[in-house]
Amino acid sequence: MLEQVYNSLQFIKPELILVGTLLVSIIVDLIFKNKKVVVAFVILGLVLSFYYLTFLNSINQLIFFNMYAIDPFAYFFKIFLLVATIGIVLFSVLSKEISDLKSREGEFYYFLVALTIGMFLMTSSTNLIMMYLAIELTSLTSYMLAGFMKEEKSSSEASLKYVLYGAFSSGMMLYGISIIYGLTGSFDLLAINMAIADGVSSLALLISTVLMFVGFGYKISAVPFHFWTPDVYEGSPISVTTILSVASKAAGFSMLMRTAKIMFIDPYAAPTVNDWQIIDSVPIVEILTILSVLTMTLGNLVAIWQSNLKRLLAYSSIAHAGYLLLGVLTMNNEGYSATLIYFVTYLFMNVGAFLIVMLVSNKLNSSDIDSYKGLGMKSPFIGVMFALFLISLTGLPPTAGFVGKLYIFAALVNKKLILLAVIGVLNSVVSLYYYVRIFRNMFLRESDIETPEIKLSLAEKLLILVFAIPTIGLGLYFAPLVEFAHASVEIFSGN
Amino acid sequence: MNNNFLNIGILTWMTFIPVVGMIAVLLVPKEQKTTIRWISLGATIVQLIFSVIIYTNFDRSLAGVNNAATMQFVERYSWIDIKSVEWFGRIHIEYFLGIDGISVPMVLLTALISFVAVLSSWSIEKSIKGYFALLLLLDTGMMGVFVSLDFFLFYVFWEIMLLPMYFLIGIWGGPRREYAAIKFFIYTLFGSVLMLLVLIALYFSVSIPDASTGELVHTFDMIAMMNPANYEANSLLFGLNTSWRYIAYVGLFIGFAIKVPIFPFHTWLPDAHVEAPTAISVILAGVLLKMGTYGLMRVAMPIFPDAAIYYLYPLAFLGFINIVYGALCAMAQTDFKKLIAYSSVSHMGIVLLGMAALNTQGMIGAMFQMFNHGTITAMLFLIVGVIYDRTHTRGLNDFGGLMNQMPKYSAIMVIAFFAALGLPGLSGFVSEVFSFLGAFQTFRWITIASTLGIVLTAGYMLWTLQRVFLGELPEKWKSLTDINNRELIMLVPLAIIVILLGVYPTPILDLMNASANELVDFIKGENNLTILGQ
Repeated sequence: MLEQVYNSLQFIKPELILVGTLLVSIIVDLIFKNKKVVVAFVILGLVLSFYYLTFLNSINQLIFFNMYAIDPFAYFFKIFLLVATIGIVLFSVLSKEISDLKSREGEFYYFLVALTIGMFLMTSSTNLIMMYLAIELTSLTSYMLAGFMKEEKSSSEASLKYVLYGAFSSGMMLYGISIIYGLTGSFDLLAINMAIADGVSSLALLISTVLMFVGFGYKISAVPFHFWTPDVYEGSPISVTTILSVASKAAGFSMLMRTAKIMFIDPYAAPTVNDWQIIDSVPIVEILTILSVLTMTLGNLVAIWQSNLKRLLAYSSIAHAGYLLLGVLTMNNEGYSATLIYFVTYLFMNVGAFLIVMLVSNKLNSSDIDSYKGLGMKSPFIGVMFALFLISLTGLPPTAGFVGKLYIFAALVNKKLILLAVIGVLNSVVSLYYYVRIFRNMFLRESDIETPEIKLSLAEKLLILVFAIPTIGLGLYFAPLVEFAHASVEIFSGN
Repeated sequence: MNNNFLNIGILTWMTFIPVVGMIAVLLVPKEQKTTIRWISLGATIVQLIFSVIIYTNFDRSLAGVNNAATMQFVERYSWIDIKSVEWFGRIHIEYFLGIDGISVPMVLLTALISFVAVLSSWSIEKSIKGYFALLLLLDTGMMGVFVSLDFFLFYVFWEIMLLPMYFLIGIWGGPRREYAAIKFFIYTLFGSVLMLLVLIALYFSVSIPDASTGELVHTFDMIAMMNPANYEANSLLFGLNTSWRYIAYVGLFIGFAIKVPIFPFHTWLPDAHVEAPTAISVILAGVLLKMGTYGLMRVAMPIFPDAAIYYLYPLAFLGFINIVYGALCAMAQTDFKKLIAYSSVSHMGIVLLGMAALNTQGMIGAMFQMFNHGTITAMLFLIVGVIYDRTHTRGLNDFGGLMNQMPKYSAIMVIAFFAALGLPGLSGFVSEVFSFLGAFQTFRWITIASTLGIVLTAGYMLWTLQRVFLGELPEKWKSLTDINNRELIMLVPLAIIVILLGVYPTPILDLMNASANELVDFIKGENNLTILGQ
């Protein structure tokens, strides 16, 4: 038994390094007055973890008594999470909200590391209890981060709302898990899968599945579990909003996708090339379809009415979760890889958009859409870059966002889900309307009040370019991204 | 035939010269307005020179259409090549450019109109740097659409145009510019997402063997999509006359119809035209509308010949509606630009009717009408621009008796108006005759009904002339100056083309003859196969 644990350790080096980084940063934070030292340690730890992660690229096995999977799918998401976290650490360094925290600034960064650990566990867990713990670790850290500016009323309010919704949905999920345990006698996804395939009460299974999806839906902010999203996104520091909208969503998706694939695919069906055979008794595709259509439509429609950019981007991120679900619900390799591709494009364009919002609010102290009037003319660099990220979010070529949408719709068309594809593309037409409102304010309108020109430092410009270049680059040449995604859909499923 | 210059193909030059100009414009400080204008003009002049090279070197005997071997000035490079995995075939996207008789007139037209548009933008003062940068980007998008033979590339260029157009209308437009700009954007995007879905469906249905390994590769090559043998069995669009093929054709059709614009998708056009600055109206009417009909000829009809034939009658009928409805609407307008916008709707109807005839006369008429409408409407909008610059009004009833006040201007305007109403001896007449002659053989009653449009057109055009030029000159316009040299430089070449092609249309007809024949034969031939039970 000890030997199994010992042998497993070598596969979780990236996680161990993150834990080490967390502990070291706490001590460093206590010693040094200058909080940039903590940032340096955190980045060092993340990079080191990335380095050790790259050794695991072709491994596909279960460790720790089938609790934890090291497979290409988890590998993809861990790379994604590390890139996102490093990006967000750099992002936060430039944020006025975070540097105004003074003595607590160091804490912020090591909470980011703790969050990353939680998300790592989410992507790899193959055991319901393990999954639940990972979600809780992520959630608890997120609650603290959301309320990090505790002097601000809105931040505390955001945190409290987040806690309430989080507690509720995690309770529901736990209840679902307990029913599944009652039905199948196991917490292990593979064992549950066999038990379901052998036949269980389909009503109980349906109820427990729906309850579990409450937990996932909450993490990925799918409608109707999205109510916390706008308030939390608006109230939290923008850096935290960005993590929640990209990294935490990705972790939630990875868990949802893993569960959907392992639990509900018929283990007795003959292996197929692309499409997976779903166990008849569970309407998993139907559940995902309803979630997806509701999520993107509601997200897009409500976004039209928003006047605060953080809220607008919150609804836009809800809509994007809907598009991502379109990829998941095809339940085949192609759809899963499309979701992965979409995530990468979403990372660059969404973080880029939030970065601009953050930099503007640093200077103007406002995220209101009206304060962007005339901005594009006064500060053309910001205007053009923001326009680029928004075009990409709309999904127009030649940007990365187009490639993401292209693959999602391609997966739907290939599966002959034409109606869903039509709903999806019409949604992207709707989304154009609210993204264009931002262009309109930036370029077409004059400012009512005298706003200063926004001067960016070199570091700020460079960081914008770090996100802008892939946003356009992946639109023009996406072969490596697609190949990486194709190679990463392999989820450990026992055979 | 040497179609390289500095080892880069001519079509690439044509397409990307404006981008080079755009970058240059962006690097110039914004105070140097004259430099910015000259750089933009320079870029379009270079483009024009390349188009002359194309015109002289183009082999009139090669048909193109569905045969890659007879496409000319071809440039073909691999762009994106994604290895196959067990469950997903290889993906190949090419940088595939080439032109034939369908695209050459459009390429020439685009170069010409872009040049004219830059000239007519000379008086723009507001954020001039952004204006010319966007105008040049728009030029690239338009040119790219006409030279692409890979559907993916075509789509990318098609979408690239949207954003510059939005800003050009939205920033430099008239009082209701925001509304007009967003309406244009949303309408067009709606059309193009439908096109995107068809593009994807085609992509999954078509595969061709790789030249070296023999492995089947999914492709976006439009020419491969035209060959029914390349469709994989049991794929969505496999076979002929299946309902999926009809649906796909309709999807493409709506995408293109919005651009043309075909009734009932035309409502964005009057708004966009009225609010857009002169140069943008010129581009919009001169080139952008042609993309719709070009798309039908290049993409929709040859890829879905079965569906094209199935929907031939509705197409002709829509042509009739466009002609008559457009003319009736034009008659009711008191705004000069709106009048011309509706006359465009009417004239594009003639293109549709000619196309629907599906015989050589009709097809040539349609293609020629596209070219002629481009030059004539560009003139009309420039004419409006000239008078608007001086008086800041476009109300037809505000004018009168301008003939004596602005004689040179009036002469040009009379040419443009008579060309638009189809007076023999001017280019509009030739293409209208061809279109109607062709259509009469196929759709007798629709064509007869459509000729009503000609009468209506003559009616509103002459009435407009009367209102603007004849009668009493209002007191406030007594000091109007006649047209200046810069304005003459942009109008006279167009006028010469209009007169020349009216008297001697061969230079352009020659270019498209072979392709028009081939296109008609190809579309009809496909259907014969199905009749024979293939």
